Amino acid sequence: MRIALDRLSRSFDGREVLHSMDFDDEVSTLAIIGPSGGGKSTLLRIIGGLLVPSGGELSIDGRLVLFNERDLVPYRAGLGYVFQAGGLFHHLNARENIALPLRVVHGLSAEAATARAEELLARLGLAAEGDKKPVQLSGGMQQRIAIARAIAPGPQLLLLDEPTSALDPEYTSEVLDLIGALKAEGMRFIVVTHELGFARHACEKLAFLYEGSIWEYGPSEQLFQNPQTPELERFLSKLLEWRV
Amino acid sequence: MAPITGRVPPLRAALNYLAVCVLVILVFWASLSIINVSLDFGFVARYATRIGDGFVLTVLISVCSMVASLVLGAVVAAGKSTRILPLRYACDLYVRVIRGTPLIMQIYLFFYIIGTAWGVDNRLVAGVMILSFFEGAYVAEILRGSLLSINETQIEAARSVGFTRVQTVRYIIGPQMVARTLPALTGQFASIIKDSSLLSLIAVIEITQTLREISATNFQLFEACLLMGALYLVLTLPIMLISSYFEKRLDYAS
Ligand SMILES: Nc1ncnc2c1ncn2[C@@H]1O[C@H](COP(=O)(O)OP(=O)(O)OP(=O)(O)O)[C@@H](O)[C@H]1O
Ligand SMILES: [Mg+2]
Repeated sequence: MRIALDRLSRSFDGREVLHSMDFDDEVSTLAIIGPSGGGKSTLLRIIGGLLVPSGGELSIDGRLVLFNERDLVPYRAGLGYVFQAGGLFHHLNARENIALPLRVVHGLSAEAATARAEELLARLGLAAEGDKKPVQLSGGMQQRIAIARAIAPGPQLLLLDEPTSALDPEYTSEVLDLIGALKAEGMRFIVVTHELGFARHACEKLAFLYEGSIWEYGPSEQLFQNPQTPELERFLSKLLEWRV
Repeated sequence: MAPITGRVPPLRAALNYLAVCVLVILVFWASLSIINVSLDFGFVARYATRIGDGFVLTVLISVCSMVASLVLGAVVAAGKSTRILPLRYACDLYVRVIRGTPLIMQIYLFFYIIGTAWGVDNRLVAGVMILSFFEGAYVAEILRGSLLSINETQIEAARSVGFTRVQTVRYIIGPQMVARTLPALTGQFASIIKDSSLLSLIAVIEITQTLREISATNFQLFEACLLMGALYLVLTLPIMLISSYFEKRLDYAS
């Protein structure tokens, strides 16, 4: 899937946090890394159609994304989005969290939607948890169900904003394993993450977002082995400092 | 003392509750015998129709006021976040003045000045209007509080799965607000029932006024008071139980 940013920018209260970003490449699995406040979430929300840019353009496969509510609703429905935490609907059980959008947005019948939800839960080994509300589930289960909800309608692209940052380490790997398995099935995704091992080994491309600009971009392995800028070098060494 | 956590076994809870009730009744009984009062509820049968009518009117006033104050409260809650400034400030002023002054003052003021000036001379209609106006300010605050407590991420998640604005309200915000407001709104209904007793001040013949009139002729003030308390509890206790049931049932939002 070809993603192109053309002088894309975004300001909040007069302060620019994304500066005239240019990007044009085929994306299958992309990790976005960078220090806090660098604009990673802002960029992902714009790509996901959740935030309107202040300037510039975004196109997907050569088609310009029109940032008005009427065009954005179907655009968002064609993507999957996973939040850092708390993205499951509190008042619905796990099964309904997956089935409701399938019925309301994608027009599936009640039976078909429930069957699809059950199928995904079973695949994740969560068949027994279908009746539970999000608060009754562990953080790792919640995130896996959030991923299941995002992929249920078969989106063209999955966007994940720090899907494991709010998790205890023991749950992090079960979520990363799931994303890895989806990749093996051909799922395309963009993930914002601090899990450098995952970014390096599970994502083909890597973007280093620093102070509102794409500071470095390229094949993951290459960026890890051979950072071109002192900023990326410092960022990597800081995150790897305490690694066993 | 350490706070009690976890559930008390039901039997133990019931026995302790019963013991407390018995104790309260004993203290009351002792007080009555100290001041040499013996109770005689013979008048209840004599005035059964009037008491029944008063009771029904209290229920009627309360139900009407509940519905009207819900509508008013919803409008004011929405008005408090509108971009039309005069409307926003009007809603704000309304809530502050109503919540900041006693109901008794509002009843006199509205009935004798505004009611007289604009020709609302049906006491029942005026009473329901005044009570709805009073409770509406509290309902507005309940609704507004729960609207503000809806998590941003929930709305963002709803947009991300492709819901339109209307679908987001219908499937996510609406149900979550109902779950959050239902306990408080049922509690508010109990308040309305109690507050309606003040309408006796403008001679609406609801249950308080009925019993006041009866005790003015037979001088059995204590009995009238006790009966009044019992009749209000008949209405408010079940409502309080429903409220705490909702609280437990719908307690899932983190
Ligand atoms: N809704 C908003 N209103 C005002 N400022 C915002 C808003 N969202 C983001 N910002 C600001 O934009 C900048 C970039 O934020 P963003 O959340 O995109 O960073 P990030 O790279 O995702 O950081 P983190 O790793 O902490 O999640 C920050 O300085 C932040 O304060
Ligand atoms: Mg972020």
